[in-house]
Amino acid sequence: MNLLDSVRESVGPAIFDYAVSPLLKIMVLIFMGVLPLISYLVLAERKILGFMQVRLGPNRVGPWGVLQPIADIAKLLVKQDIIPSTAIRWAFILAPCMVVAPAFIIFAVIPFGPSAAQSGGQLDFFITDVNVALLFVVAMATVGVYGIILGGWASNSKFSLLGGLRAAAQMISYEIPQGFSLVIPLLMAGTMSMNGIVQAQFDQGRWFIFQGWGLGLVAFFIYFVAGVAESNRNPFDLPEAESELVAGFHTEYTGMRFALFFLGEYANMIVISAVAVTLFLGGWHQPFPNAGWASFLNLQWLPLVGPGLAGVLWFSAKLFAFLFVYIWFRGTFPRYRFDQLMDLGWKWLIPMVLLTVFGTGLWKILQ
Amino acid sequence: MADSENMKHNDTLFDVEEMELAFGPQHPSTHGVLRLNLKVDGERIVDCYPIIGYLHRGTEKLFELHPFFQNVPHTDRMDYVAAATNNLAYVGAVEKLTGITVPPRAAYIRTLLCELQRISSHLLWLATHAIDIGAMTPFFYCFREREEVLDLFEEFCGARLTLNCMRPGGLPFDLPVGWTDRCSAFVDKFPSKVDEYEGLLTNNRIWKKRTVGIGVMTKEQGLQYGITGPMLRASGVDFDLRKAEPYEAYGEVDFDVPVFHNGDTYDRYLVRMEEMRQSARILRQCLDNLPDGEVMAKKPRVLKGAKETEAYYGIESPKGEIGFYIVGNGTPNPERCRVRPPSFYNLQIVPELAQGALLADLVAIVGTTDIVLGEVDR
Repeated sequence: MNLLDSVRESVGPAIFDYAVSPLLKIMVLIFMGVLPLISYLVLAERKILGFMQVRLGPNRVGPWGVLQPIADIAKLLVKQDIIPSTAIRWAFILAPCMVVAPAFIIFAVIPFGPSAAQSGGQLDFFITDVNVALLFVVAMATVGVYGIILGGWASNSKFSLLGGLRAAAQMISYEIPQGFSLVIPLLMAGTMSMNGIVQAQFDQGRWFIFQGWGLGLVAFFIYFVAGVAESNRNPFDLPEAESELVAGFHTEYTGMRFALFFLGEYANMIVISAVAVTLFLGGWHQPFPNAGWASFLNLQWLPLVGPGLAGVLWFSAKLFAFLFVYIWFRGTFPRYRFDQLMDLGWKWLIPMVLLTVFGTGLWKILQ
Repeated sequence: MADSENMKHNDTLFDVEEMELAFGPQHPSTHGVLRLNLKVDGERIVDCYPIIGYLHRGTEKLFELHPFFQNVPHTDRMDYVAAATNNLAYVGAVEKLTGITVPPRAAYIRTLLCELQRISSHLLWLATHAIDIGAMTPFFYCFREREEVLDLFEEFCGARLTLNCMRPGGLPFDLPVGWTDRCSAFVDKFPSKVDEYEGLLTNNRIWKKRTVGIGVMTKEQGLQYGITGPMLRASGVDFDLRKAEPYEAYGEVDFDVPVFHNGDTYDRYLVRMEEMRQSARILRQCLDNLPDGEVMAKKPRVLKGAKETEAYYGIESPKGEIGFYIVGNGTPNPERCRVRPPSFYNLQIVPELAQGALLADLVAIVGTTDIVLGEVDR
């Protein structure tokens, strides 16, 4: 704390509060939270898929394969890094960073636990509380797709190019329903701040997924479908469709650059899930926060768990439920075709989401 | 035609150009070393030109260099996922040429082996076809059962893929002790496993979207191109050599030939799923009625095809009609041996089916023709 105080004095309080402190928090969150989470998410995916597909999954490195992610990362780091001679060099190098960075930045506005005031502790379990957080999420999520397009184009390979083009088409079709589906919780809560939306769900006594004549459920469904498409996961993994485009946009990538794309995909999965939890599933609040009979759900009876940690635990539980669904999709569904995906986006999701926005407006007026 | 095409391009604001794409031979879903030179307009295929021959081994010439009984292993390596039916087609042709009759027990065991092979070949097809369309899980389910079939083969003849399990005149050895029981156990549970695969795919909306109406082959097209097997039966032609010209024990068992009429990828899938169930039925009957006796006919030590005799013997392999045409010249070697591989004929229609399809459809179409390049190139 002393060190931080002296830094604060030397750079001035304004710069410290708005630049240095959030950056430090993001770094801590990414290196302590998100990166281990991603590497173990990969392991969990392989284990769960193994369970679904009558095989074992990784089980050689450490007991039950728990050290597998570390072995994978070490391998990827020492792999030869090949840049094709015909590639457009600067774009080729920039592309993976453009996929990873926005996904990480979004974590800055997601509250994964209560604030210090709410929990009575010393820590805020969020990085910043921006009053336009929802717009920030949409803006940042969009940037990630440019990385994929750029990677596909810069590789100067035909399969990569097709993958990049697919990503572009997919982005246009799915950004719109996704953006609109965020309008519904916005209307319900009356604020764009993520913390505000979580608080509104607490105040209104129900999660937004169950709010407003079932319109919340529709919005949630659209958001999640569009989110799966946005993070290029099954059944919408067209840009990297292995059986058609070899590896799609990252055909030419090797070693750590490939790993960054991989990291970006999983970070996106976590981001989409975290936003869904925050907007539709009550954020870090326990289920039935206002009901007396459900008070045992506050987890205070567990050793060492205070209100702050309980919030983080609930947030993680909801997050993992989402991530499991992602993995379940991968085990179950075949891949959509390029034009069918566009059909789904333009002919079904966009009209549906527009009607839902209209309905939510009506609900808001009649309330 | 070319002029009007150019005119069209000049009318548009931008310069439109088709991209040439070499699809294979090192592509994850061309099932071996097939190369398709594509011209694509965006993702739509304008032109498709298959290039084969990457796996050419001169098998037909090799046949001429060896005595009849030494040629069986060459047939294993043509359709390497369905070696038993290849063996049978070859030894059948030799038997026809030299006039040997196979004892009934050998005929039944050959039928057993062929149907097991049909199941394993269809399982491999389903596994790869599903993974081509993006469904990952059926792959592992199919391989689970295929493994058991291969174990049965291994127990019988020591090999899992290149079986070399038949000889002109019968079989090299009888079934091992307890084999029929283990085969019986597999046959009993297999239909429920087919239900499991179908549960993942048949009514899956995405699976149907990807396969219904894709790569439609009409009855006439199929007959013109000489397509045989499940592909033809999915287009509404009820032609199965097991029924049309029963060989081995097929005349004595009761089974249905599934026929569907739309000729699209989905129907070809349904035909093969039903065939697996029918194969289990045939296996059950063969196991129940397995006669006793010898498995090798009385035959001369050295087989010789008389001068200027010829024989063609075609059977229903998992992929269609596989036939061997053998000419004798009075020596223990054949004068000429010509193979009619079903994959080669079935592959011919791919460019026509791919016309105007999307890249993703091409993968489904190639997958559903169920080609094995070892057989196409020989």
